[in-house]
Amino acid sequence: MNESLQREKQDDAGEATAVADACFARFIDVQKSYDGVELVVKGFNLDVRRGEFVTLLGPSGSGKTTCLMMMAGFETPTHGQILLQGEPINDLPPHKRGIGMVFQNYALFPHMSVAENLAFPLQVRHLSRDEIKRKVAKALAMVRLEDFGDRRPAQLSGGQQQRVALARALVFEPKLVLMDEPLGALDKNLREEMQYEIKRIHAELGVTMIYVTHDQTEALTMSDRIAVFNDGVVQQLASPETLYEAPENAFVANFIGENNRLHGEVIESIGDRCEVRLDSGETVAARPVAAGGIGARTTLSLRPERVGIVGEGDEASFDNHFQAEVKEVIYLGDHLRTRLEVCGNDEFIIKTPNAKGFPSLRPGQTVEVGWSSRDCRALDA
Amino acid sequence: MAIPSYATRGERIWHYVFLGLCALIFLFLVGPLLIIIPLSFNAQPYFTFSQEMLTLDPAGYSLRWYEDFFTSSAWLNAIKNSFIVGIASTFLATILGTVAALGLSSRHMPARSAIMALLISPMIVPLIISAAAMFFFFSKVNLAQTYLGVVLAHTVLGIPFVVITVTATLSSFDTTLIRAAHSLGANPTRTFFKVVLPLVTPGVVSGALFAFITSFDEVVVVLFLAGPEQRTMPIQMWSGIREQISPTILAVATLLVLLSMLLLTTLELLRRRSERLRGISPG
Repeated sequence: MNESLQREKQDDAGEATAVADACFARFIDVQKSYDGVELVVKGFNLDVRRGEFVTLLGPSGSGKTTCLMMMAGFETPTHGQILLQGEPINDLPPHKRGIGMVFQNYALFPHMSVAENLAFPLQVRHLSRDEIKRKVAKALAMVRLEDFGDRRPAQLSGGQQQRVALARALVFEPKLVLMDEPLGALDKNLREEMQYEIKRIHAELGVTMIYVTHDQTEALTMSDRIAVFNDGVVQQLASPETLYEAPENAFVANFIGENNRLHGEVIESIGDRCEVRLDSGETVAARPVAAGGIGARTTLSLRPERVGIVGEGDEASFDNHFQAEVKEVIYLGDHLRTRLEVCGNDEFIIKTPNAKGFPSLRPGQTVEVGWSSRDCRALDA
Repeated sequence: MAIPSYATRGERIWHYVFLGLCALIFLFLVGPLLIIIPLSFNAQPYFTFSQEMLTLDPAGYSLRWYEDFFTSSAWLNAIKNSFIVGIASTFLATILGTVAALGLSSRHMPARSAIMALLISPMIVPLIISAAAMFFFFSKVNLAQTYLGVVLAHTVLGIPFVVITVTATLSSFDTTLIRAAHSLGANPTRTFFKVVLPLVTPGVVSGALFAFITSFDEVVVVLFLAGPEQRTMPIQMWSGIREQISPTILAVATLLVLLSMLLLTTLELLRRRSERLRGISPG
């Protein structure tokens, strides 16, 4: 067999696994209704790649947890299909799916020690005693709780309990790990620490994870991709950077990060530039993203850090200039958060670094602010 | 209970009056039971304290009524019957009651409160009515005057206690534990025996104890259903009082008080154990 032919064959095999990898876990047009009338999840589609960290982000009641529960097998989809490694799993009971799960309240078995909790999934799989011991020790080391095997869950702190829950969901080497707001019950410092911990373990093991949270910072820190949920529908599925920089609709722009909103009507639209007449009468140049044609209502979305004060030197790129009145200045250490009244909106926020050369603003002062039309996204009303 | 330093004279007086009242109520509740214990060691065949007993003369005390109890075939047969009926009916009531409580705690269960009311009804309906009804029914199906009949009747009386205690334990049971067990690969049977049962055991055991006590001192139903062969302890005591006034009954009563204390202690220890297990467990 000559070398090129062999390589071709390998490429073919590689391509097949590449397809399987791209669709490791799939939701195909999944709908869910609890009462047969109202849909909690409306047509959910998602392909999770092997080894990916995907977050379902949304306010409570948006259907994200329901989607996770359907993947775990605790809820059945009313319509649609769920696939794991190409196999439909709709009719597979939860205990046969081999999916690890971390629950918000940890769900550790209170009558078992930490080591017994970790051994539970291994005993179910009839592993030998030695192997169980070895794997439990390894899992405890992974979450840095080597000396806690004999403790009861009630004797551990919240963060330690969550580590045990994480170790238990990973100890049987599942294909996929689901996490349902696992850090919701922890305080802020511990939560940040655990975020990095989970991220580290994800990178170390290369396991595929689907994570549910309502905390946007958490989602931005940890995820490869984020599906933003609202009202049972995915509003946008993209990388954290794309979600922040290029939100496709007003909900996403508002939900991810801080956002100044101006409402108005499209009066002119040519290519990637449009003119919008605000309700307060001013005209703003913007980039049309999800706005309708001329005459359509639109919401302009503008990140606070993309607004500058004219006179700071970067106004060359600004094609929007407005007078603003300073309403409030909040000192946040490394930056100042200033609330202005711009174009009739007195909740207009800008952020200026606390560095040399930046003018200090005082309430009541009038300044000129400006921004580039490229950073001002015209979205749905 | 310390008196705070700012208490007025009136409050101080009230404090001691209150303690005195508490002592009186306690005496009212426990006195009749306590008096039985020394009386059961009476050397005389009377239900009163003899002169020797009051002067603490050893001659006034004896174990003759205990001896009488342990040598009388009627009493021994009665206590044997009580244990047979009590243990068998407790066994049945515990299994049926636990299964019923588990079923009733499922969110898919229709007509939950109606079924619950039906299961609890033997506790609410006057015993004499249940007993009469069971008598007529059991006579028809040839269960009257059999061990099986008495056991079944006591099972019915015991089930409500098990259902109530297990339901109470289940109400604080975290159902995500069941989901966790499933996600870890345990099938429903394994989940039940390894996760659910160990955690509701305190409720099951205290329900079983109540069921046992109910059967153990039940008179009315046995009076209707039991033949001479199934005479249980309470029946023997009842007829003992009516037919021949013998202080043996005091010895029996003392033994029964001891048994009850033993069971109550078990109950308390179990409660503490479950509290420790649940400790800071997620609720």
